[in-house]
Amino acid sequence: MEFKVTKNANILTLTLIVLGLLFTGIGIATSMGDHNLNTRIAGNLLIDSFFFFGIGLGALFFLALQYATETGWYASVKRVIEAVSGFLPVGIILMAVTLLIITLQDGAHLYIWMDDEVVKNDEILQGKSTYLNKGFFWIRTVVYLSVYYIYYRGFRKRSLLEDTVGGTDIHFTNYKKAAVFLVFFAVFSSMQSWDWIMSVDAHWFSTLFGWYVFAGMWCTTMITLVTLTLYLKKNGYLPNVNESHIHDLGKWTFATSFLWSYLWFSQFMLIWYANIPEETTYHLTRIKDFRFLYFGMFLVNFAFPMVLLMSRDAKRHAGILTFVGAIVLVGHWVDVYVMIMAGSMGEHARIGFLEIGLLLAVLGLFLKTILKNLTKAPLSVVNHPFLDESIHHDI
Amino acid sequence: MHKEAAIREPLILGHKTYTDITADVCKPIEDKAPKMWYVLFSIALIIGLYGVGCIAYLIGTGIGVWGLNKTIGWAWDITNFVWWVGIGHAGTLISAVLLLFRQKWRMAINRSAEAMTIFAVFMAGIFPMIHMGRIWLAYWVVPIPNQFGSLWVNFNSPLLWDVFAISTYLSVSVVFWYIGLIPDFATLRDRVKRPIPKKMYSILSFGWSGRAKNWNRFEMVSLILAGLATPLVFSVHSIVSFDFATSVIPGWHTTIFPPYFVAGAVFSGFAMVQTLMLVMRKAMRLEAYIHTRHVEYMNIVIMVTGSIVGTAYITELFISWYSGVEYEAYAFINRFSGPYWWAYWSMMTCNVISPQLMWIRPLRRSLLFTFIISIVVNIGMWFERYVIIVSSIHRDYLPSSWSMHYPSHIDLGVYVGTIGLFFVFFLLFARFFPVLPIAELKTILKSSGESYKNAPDTHGHDGHADDNHNTNNH
Repeated sequence: MEFKVTKNANILTLTLIVLGLLFTGIGIATSMGDHNLNTRIAGNLLIDSFFFFGIGLGALFFLALQYATETGWYASVKRVIEAVSGFLPVGIILMAVTLLIITLQDGAHLYIWMDDEVVKNDEILQGKSTYLNKGFFWIRTVVYLSVYYIYYRGFRKRSLLEDTVGGTDIHFTNYKKAAVFLVFFAVFSSMQSWDWIMSVDAHWFSTLFGWYVFAGMWCTTMITLVTLTLYLKKNGYLPNVNESHIHDLGKWTFATSFLWSYLWFSQFMLIWYANIPEETTYHLTRIKDFRFLYFGMFLVNFAFPMVLLMSRDAKRHAGILTFVGAIVLVGHWVDVYVMIMAGSMGEHARIGFLEIGLLLAVLGLFLKTILKNLTKAPLSVVNHPFLDESIHHDI
Repeated sequence: MHKEAAIREPLILGHKTYTDITADVCKPIEDKAPKMWYVLFSIALIIGLYGVGCIAYLIGTGIGVWGLNKTIGWAWDITNFVWWVGIGHAGTLISAVLLLFRQKWRMAINRSAEAMTIFAVFMAGIFPMIHMGRIWLAYWVVPIPNQFGSLWVNFNSPLLWDVFAISTYLSVSVVFWYIGLIPDFATLRDRVKRPIPKKMYSILSFGWSGRAKNWNRFEMVSLILAGLATPLVFSVHSIVSFDFATSVIPGWHTTIFPPYFVAGAVFSGFAMVQTLMLVMRKAMRLEAYIHTRHVEYMNIVIMVTGSIVGTAYITELFISWYSGVEYEAYAFINRFSGPYWWAYWSMMTCNVISPQLMWIRPLRRSLLFTFIISIVVNIGMWFERYVIIVSSIHRDYLPSSWSMHYPSHIDLGVYVGTIGLFFVFFLLFARFFPVLPIAELKTILKSSGESYKNAPDTHGHDGHADDNHNTNNH
């Protein structure tokens, strides 16, 4: 069945974008003259670009994971995963533009290592300058983004081709390509977190940071996937998707929330316990200026899925899944917000028109893009070697 | 009704029936043990007893007989401890995590992997106990009131968390393993003729009758235990890593340790499973159940976890430079170019480079190659712990107390002895216990058995109610 974007959905996404831009405008207008307005705008661009780019990238990773592990059950929701990963080209542009804006302002006090004046008086940053400098930063960024794009395009092309030609050749190509993609992803997902996010706290370091950011990204992706699947199902699409598929997506949401919480705790506890000043500074800033948001988001992102999604029935219940998903999605946005704002704006950070506005605008764009992607290909794949397994999926 | 795609390789080869499965698994137990078994058992026992002797000497004399000194307070003992705990990770991962992921191939290996886990955790437990020196005070690690002569334990110490984590893990693993064994013990009870074994298996099978109610409860308990065991797979080695990472020692204190230790544990655990399975399938003629495809799957797990470990090594190395902390940087420079460079590069070669060879399909499907790599990986993972522990502390903040660790023959004897004891346990297991889960294997026979899979009429019968509904689907 072909998917059609409903009128209401179009109105909703458009309203989000218009309202978001309006709010952003009001936010900027009312803060005119603040000396840190530039940093605030740049920071918000980075937060929202990265958050939604991460969901697109997470979907591409999840798709590759299904290929590489020769998973069967997902075949019925494959087009949903592809539609979300289809945000990646837009996400890549958002990231590139954001990073360009930041670079042109010599870091906009977000990446202080881009500012020669700062580096001149900072021995630690001088020590890092062979890695943290504009040129190498951009080489890395371009490499990550182009590799993601190339693999995205290849997976999409072969997926559509499989519908028409069939056979198992495409399956085995995907299997191999996905394995190679996962290798790139394993390295790049860590490095991009260091480059784009950890370097906001330019003096600070944590070996776990990349995996932590990745876990958050994966969790938000799973929430997006399960919510979108439920939406489509509710509107009468995806006839092959039954409760078991929803259950599996719910389990992934549950598991990735746990993974994220585990990594948050590992990073926090080890730094707290060892109490080394170079490291504790990270948490101290967050506890001082963001106490409510920092611990609040951990509590929400950990406790909500754990308590509410523990039971089998809850993971099959559209209402509970959507409710928990919506709250945890906000929780993970706050996580990205705190990661970036605590290191740049510090005590001057606040959530106002600008923050909400830009979030809504990019959210609108995100939803619009993935809904449009859904119309571009049939919602059910044919000729997938595991389709039969997926149709008969029963757990 | 479950479907299995035609392109998936069958998991049970040949024309096996339900009866064949029972007969194939029970035969080695019912037959007389082959000569080879006695030979191996004697060798393992002698080595094990030598280890016990070394431990007795150690306890009688004091831990000064090890190569430890004031700077290097932890060396082989804790290396061996972490090595064994790591190996003990595969069993529960296979039985719990792979159960949740509905990986049917795990059924060929889960029973022996769980047994291996339990024996490995036994071996691991020996080391912290004998490291205490006064082993008769080992009960002091338990929080009991001071009236018993002990001191109240320090709940802030990760070493105490370790006591809880490992004992919980051991208990859950044993229960999980044993519950799975019950129906198979009942099968043996019903088959054996001689009175003493019959009595034994009868006691062990807890009066299992095979009624629907029994199976219902069996399934419920398995699922609950899988749910309990999955977080344990993560917690145990995370907490072992806290032993190091909560300190302020460069090279020990780093935030990536918990997930990286877990990946390393699974890596070494699977390597040990490979070593054991490749010998066992041959010796016990189980080639139809544990075949190339299973070996390939395990090799892929080894490759993936090996790559995760490799990524973590390189992340640590990079961040030690990036941090700008000179002590941190020195710890790593000393690791790869200091007096223990050979240990570091052995670790890198065995753990990072060798699993990458598994990208080549003919190699990961070669049983001989797999066997060699599985041993290489186990050596590499031993070196990893040695590198982390010894190379980080042998040159501490005070250069005047820098030192080297030279293992004594008692170090060596205890370590080799635990390997001997481990094999004593494992050989006894292989002799008297059903090494494959008979009941579970039967559930996948009709969906994944070669003769059923390739039969022409297995497709297109949506409605018919045959019993290939597999139970591995929670």
